[in-house]
Amino acid sequence: MREAGVPGLGKDLIGLEGLAGETIRAILDTAEPFKEISERQIKKVPVLRGKTIVNLFFEPSTRTRISFEFAEKRLGADTVNISSSGSSVVKGETLVDTARNLEAMRIDMVVIRHGSSGAAKFLADRIPSNVINGGDGRHEHPTQALLDMLTLRDRLGRIDGLRVCIVGDIVHSRVARSNIFGLQAMGAEVAVCGPRSLIPLGIEALGVSVFPHIEDAIEWADALNVLRLQLERMDAGFVPSLREYNRVFGVSNARLARAPRETVVLHPGPMNRGVEIDSDVADGPQSVILPQVTNGVAVRMAVLYLLAGGRPELAEDAKRGSS
Amino acid sequence: MTRETEPHVLLDAAGVEETLAQLADGIVSGGSTHDLVLIGIRRRGVELAERLSVLVGDRVGGPVATGSLDITLYRDDFGQIGSMPLIGRTEIPVDVTGRRVVIVDDVLYTGRTIRAALNEISDFGRPSRIELCVLVDRGGRELPIQADYVGLSQLVADGEHVEVRVPEQDDEFCVRVVGADRTGIE
Amino acid sequence: MSERVWIHGGRVVDPSQGLDGPADLIIEDGRIADIGGGLEAPADAVSIDASGLVVAPGFIDLHVHFREPGGEHKETIASGAHAAVAGGFTTVWAMPNTDPPIDDPAAVGFVKAAGEAAGGARVMPIGAATIGQKGEQMTEIGELVAAGAVAVSDDGGPVANSGLMRRLLEYTQSFGIAVLQHSEDIQLALGAVMNEGPVATALGLRGMPNCAEAVMVARDAMLSELTGGHLHVCHVSARQSVEQLRLARDKGLRVTSEVTPHHLILTDELVRGYNTEAKVNPPLRTAADVEAVRQALVDGVIDVIATDHAPHHYEEKEREFDDAPFGINGLETAFGLSMKALVEPGHLTLSDLIDRMSCRPARIMGLASGSLRREAPADIVLLAPDESWTVEPTQFVSKSRNTPIAGWNLPGRIRRTLVAGATRFEREAGE
Repeated sequence: MREAGVPGLGKDLIGLEGLAGETIRAILDTAEPFKEISERQIKKVPVLRGKTIVNLFFEPSTRTRISFEFAEKRLGADTVNISSSGSSVVKGETLVDTARNLEAMRIDMVVIRHGSSGAAKFLADRIPSNVINGGDGRHEHPTQALLDMLTLRDRLGRIDGLRVCIVGDIVHSRVARSNIFGLQAMGAEVAVCGPRSLIPLGIEALGVSVFPHIEDAIEWADALNVLRLQLERMDAGFVPSLREYNRVFGVSNARLARAPRETVVLHPGPMNRGVEIDSDVADGPQSVILPQVTNGVAVRMAVLYLLAGGRPELAEDAKRGSS
Repeated sequence: MTRETEPHVLLDAAGVEETLAQLADGIVSGGSTHDLVLIGIRRRGVELAERLSVLVGDRVGGPVATGSLDITLYRDDFGQIGSMPLIGRTEIPVDVTGRRVVIVDDVLYTGRTIRAALNEISDFGRPSRIELCVLVDRGGRELPIQADYVGLSQLVADGEHVEVRVPEQDDEFCVRVVGADRTGIE
Repeated sequence: MSERVWIHGGRVVDPSQGLDGPADLIIEDGRIADIGGGLEAPADAVSIDASGLVVAPGFIDLHVHFREPGGEHKETIASGAHAAVAGGFTTVWAMPNTDPPIDDPAAVGFVKAAGEAAGGARVMPIGAATIGQKGEQMTEIGELVAAGAVAVSDDGGPVANSGLMRRLLEYTQSFGIAVLQHSEDIQLALGAVMNEGPVATALGLRGMPNCAEAVMVARDAMLSELTGGHLHVCHVSARQSVEQLRLARDKGLRVTSEVTPHHLILTDELVRGYNTEAKVNPPLRTAADVEAVRQALVDGVIDVIATDHAPHHYEEKEREFDDAPFGINGLETAFGLSMKALVEPGHLTLSDLIDRMSCRPARIMGLASGSLRREAPADIVLLAPDESWTVEPTQFVSKSRNTPIAGWNLPGRIRRTLVAGATRFEREAGE
């Protein structure tokens, strides 16, 4: 009998910080066969038949929720979506009560998206079900980084030794953190580029170099991961205007043309065309933005599959922790 | 009871070749071959299906469509054994709807693998007919499943394991019975 | 009130008189009547055997939050006063950021009366510096002092307006009281829930930089220099604040300051895992900051230890990190944690620690206690400095259990606390 599960992967997937490269590689390798299922006539396998998965979304998110939902349904699971507009959260129920109620309903897995950093871990520490972090505050968004890495590997054949620059609003970005931790574990070099007001002080302590100029970042990088600039950052005074942001930091074909190599461009979406990324880049040959979306479903299927692999001893640990 | 026993060879390389030739004959005489698809079950069934494809092709004078199936996601014991990160690819190069499908596997034992394979193939389309071809039928069925083409019928005790070794993976070609403590992947 | 108490056989440590050695005490009418070697037991005296124990002036905490009125589920004045004596404190200064805030004479009178009725430590009310602690209009400080207020503060938040802070440092001089400032530049700390730095970056939590505290310390020290008013800087946490305080001391300004036991030993590493028990404001900083505030206390740049005792109900801490309240329950762990941070590693002697927890708070605020001199109030603590114990929040006298050091082994146990000669708390060895 083959060894169960992936070494280094516990009951939950809260973040990529601390995961070994071999663990991440195993997740990406598991995602490969799942890509094919989405190409089938009947896009469904029964591996999670009878499992109940709750998608607990305290923040509006269309694409992550839909991607998870596709992944769950294609694995044959039963899914329930709870989003903040219709949930008891609005009525003032605390997250700990939500956790207890979910536990009482004997669900198998929870995908949680929450505005507060640490919310996914908070939930995971209190229920025996598997918890997958679908993005918590400014902390981590592990499945996004996994799909980014899968897409990079598809396109460039490897991750080890690649130079990847994350561009834009690093300070508020959970995507940036997960990419930094994941890419470094996989042997890539990571840099960030953006206005200093959007880069956390002391990010160098994470082993990340900082490019103040997008031109230098493009010259250095094999791939750019361009983050969405939240429009409200302008109101909070982090950048003076979107127009200026585009002019100074926007990723354009003119800038990419000066790169010494064919730079791969990723974007976690949703895009602000004409702000952080120009349309001709987003729709151009260097963009892998749509393959990212396709890979998102496969990666999430892989994570669900691996976590669901029946590990009662871990579930018991969580239960003890909550008492 | 069977610990420390030397492997007992049921078929040597020549025996396997001969048996495959007989199975190919059987498949050819068993039905029409113009819409035939051979689908091997990972892992050893895939190599056997490829060999049968050549043998059948020789007999009918044309190529035979061949695919592979990984039934991991259709197993009925998921959750009891834990997830298995190494999932092989399922590759079925043609639309199976309306065609004659022959599932190829190395050893027929409980029948649960074949049950999973039938379910998986159904998700790809609706073949006009599905048959089963195995190199060895070792008995011990837990489901009402029988093979249409059997190379060798040999009852083997529950504690023992029938191992089909193929040159692509094992550097030799044979079928042998090994003791319980050497159980590999079922 | 003519009851006499005879405390004999102990080691008396009273830095206010430079005492450290075997001595006996006689208490009469709530005051120290005599102190010295081999004192005879007066007739009818209550006898307290202090052999093997240290006898010291009771601790004085210039910074506690007792939550009443408005937050009685966290702590009441009575439960807080009893938690205080369990921690060896005989006097506590209660911050006014209750709901409603203590910003009028009646409210000050209420705190004072409730404190007296409690039968624990002496509870001294601090009045709000501005009405509703809104930072707009000064309270009737003269009336508050007349009703019993010992200082003014908008703690919970800072007095942000520089002009108003200037007026406070001027106006309070008529009443001889200090302005207690929670130093925090609101704009620099906007939305922050922990220290800014690598830990906050990794956790994705908003951080407040050291300078959010230090810029206000610098501003207020200059205002004290301008006005001559008494500025007391609450809970110093950042090394840059220490630099400003050192400058103020060198200039001879009327600037005093305090540091909490937790800022003397804990760092922001404790927040990892989103530990809401380690969420406190000012936040736990880095090892370099801990080192700086510790050295400042040793050097006298920071005057005293104060707990910033901030009780919270367990439900409120059992939340997402962003939503959990700031605060650590400090009264009952203060002595042990300070022993561990300062005395055990040899930064201070036991006598120095008693000085920082009792004598100096009394001296900088002009209190009669904090000493075992004849005629001083008989506010006394009996300590077992070598007895180690385990922090078990369920055993707290406080109504709340919020502490990041649950399960820690600490040296130094409170064995008996007397206020005005009356035993208000007692604990057996090993209890």
